[in-house]
Amino acid sequence: MMHKILSILLENEFGALSRVIGLFSQRGYNIESVTVSPTEDSSISQMTIQTKVENENIVEQIKKQLYKLINVLQVQEIGIFPHIEREILLIKLKLDHEKIKDVILITKIFKGKIVHITNKTIIIQITGTNKKITDYIQIIKKKNKILEIARSGIIGILKN
Amino acid sequence: MKMLSGSEMVIKSLVKMKVKYLFGYPGGAVLDIYDALKTVPNSLKHILVRHEQGATHMADGFARATGKVGVVLVTSGPGATNSITGIATAYMDSIPMVIISGQVASHLIGFDAFQECDMIGISRPIVKHSFLVKKTEDIPETFKKAFWIASTGRPGPVVIDLPKDILDPLIKKEYIWPENIFIRSYQPIISYDPKKIEQIIIQLLIAKKPIIYSGGGVITSHSEEELLFLAEKLNIPVTTSLMGLGSFPGTHKQNLKMLGMHGTYEANMAMHHADLIFAVGVRFDDRTTNNLLKYCPQAIIIHIDIDPTSISKTVIANISIIGDAKQILKQIIHKLNKQKIENRQKILQKWWNKIKKWKDIQSLSYSKSKTYIKPQSVIKCLWKLTKGNAYITSDVGQHQMFTALYYPFNKTRRWINSGGLGTMGFGLPAALGVKLAFPKEIVICITGDGSIQMNIQELSTAKQYNISILIINLNNNALGMVKQWQDIHYFGRHSHSYMNSLPDFLALAKSYGHEGMKIEKKEELKPKLKTAIQQLHKNNLIFVDIIIDPLEHVYPMQIKGGGMNDMQLKKRETV
Repeated sequence: MMHKILSILLENEFGALSRVIGLFSQRGYNIESVTVSPTEDSSISQMTIQTKVENENIVEQIKKQLYKLINVLQVQEIGIFPHIEREILLIKLKLDHEKIKDVILITKIFKGKIVHITNKTIIIQITGTNKKITDYIQIIKKKNKILEIARSGIIGILKN
Repeated sequence: MKMLSGSEMVIKSLVKMKVKYLFGYPGGAVLDIYDALKTVPNSLKHILVRHEQGATHMADGFARATGKVGVVLVTSGPGATNSITGIATAYMDSIPMVIISGQVASHLIGFDAFQECDMIGISRPIVKHSFLVKKTEDIPETFKKAFWIASTGRPGPVVIDLPKDILDPLIKKEYIWPENIFIRSYQPIISYDPKKIEQIIIQLLIAKKPIIYSGGGVITSHSEEELLFLAEKLNIPVTTSLMGLGSFPGTHKQNLKMLGMHGTYEANMAMHHADLIFAVGVRFDDRTTNNLLKYCPQAIIIHIDIDPTSISKTVIANISIIGDAKQILKQIIHKLNKQKIENRQKILQKWWNKIKKWKDIQSLSYSKSKTYIKPQSVIKCLWKLTKGNAYITSDVGQHQMFTALYYPFNKTRRWINSGGLGTMGFGLPAALGVKLAFPKEIVICITGDGSIQMNIQELSTAKQYNISILIINLNNNALGMVKQWQDIHYFGRHSHSYMNSLPDFLALAKSYGHEGMKIEKKEELKPKLKTAIQQLHKNNLIFVDIIIDPLEHVYPMQIKGGGMNDMQLKKRETV
């Protein structure tokens, strides 16, 4: 299975988003994450979809099917070109005073920051690639109790 | 500047688009439109159906026969949901259709109001596009866009959902009809790479065992003349998909007839052994390929289609061109005409000799019966009596396949059939739509005792508007194709495939005010059918109930999971 990132420009219209998402479900494609928001031109939205596929032919079909939607302006598979991708993680941990130093150290290594803290909980924000965030969670959960996680899904942009 | 209400704008827009028939059913959300209809009694005729599914199939039949956009008007909630099967049918076969659905008032949307349903959401996977109109003044532009989207590129159904409040007859807004429209994300005309034309010509000329595989796209793009010219010039055999019947003359000596699951022996064998498949306007549907892993192992595949998603979706194309088939075929012919072409009879002699051997097997022969009327003989008789000129609609099942195999269609748009979705109940309403489009032509609905009962209420619509079609009910007292599959794949266990309580079809037809006729004996077949066709000229709908051999199967048939060449020609006989 391959992970693919598709960047889609579409008309910012009623139903446009649901048509894209619906296309994935009706044709049995998998969506791992999706982010969407208007661009600098408010009549156009940009979506980034991360999907998992068996082979390149399926990615081609997805791209063609997306282009077939009347609202879709552009589809780019950004993973195959030099690009920047980011995801945001907000993670809430149970605060353990004996382990707090470790948490701060690991978070510093990952260039994250503590955005909220109480006597019982600590909320940390990490920004980075999908892999970096997954790695952070793996490390932090070994010695800390995770209470809640919110991940944004990937956004990406081509370097050129 | 004209000031009109939303409902007046709807009617005005339809007139502007030169819509002749509107197939629909009134209800609360669209009553304002129905009221506005009264203002245009001559230019736009409304056909009141008995069920919204009937409306969609009628519009569909009209669209298939004419090539124009079929238009449907339904109310919100159940009216809209009843139209879903017809929309899906049109979507699967790429039929241009605009469906106008009423919606509850804007302020009630999302509140589970009376007769509310999310039509945009429900229809999303089965439409080419959909619009929820939010402002009255957007109506004209939306209609123009909807008709354009429905009828260009790969055609398909488009839904326009209209909340009741924007139709209010008391609120007048400026009516501006857009002469030109532009949708920046929709540009259906695709230019193609001219270098590929050269590649195709080279392949067509060097192939020793070529075959043309023609589909519904040839009919949609009106490229039948170009296809005929090319096939004759290069002496290449032609096979057609179910949707492509009529795209190449059915009685032409180069026509190997239909391919696929119930295709002829010669068509499927030629496909399997071909070194070149020139596929035009087809989508390599699973009913035509059998097992993809065993599909046509020696063939180079050239694929022309307007829809990029059809290319290499199931069968990988070696050379593909996305675009309008007519333009592409014209270019191929133009370039071919400049070349000196060797004697094609001589070059392809061996190939045609092989094909002749497959043809000699006569896969469409069938056993005769002393007692029963054979369904194949009914279709052949109809073909002779109508000289192949009738418009034929069918439902779905054995009768559909018998018609496809035994009625050679020499012209396009004469075969009106639900190929993609396989919708039972399609035939009768579709025939009514065809007859409205061509009132002087003979229109025949070939159906079965299972299918006809799915939309039989439209006999009432036929009565109301005096639509004189011929209904041929091939009555085998069973769901024939289901039973056939149970015979073959379920050891003859007939689970729920019998119709033990059939109505008296003649009495039923008569109760709707039509003529009825029953045929039970072989010797009655020809004279009675002849009489029935003659009676059509008296503007009657004739319902002919023909009792056929209940044990008959459709053959030839491909063996499940095999290649194109794995075929069974008769019951329990394998070649």
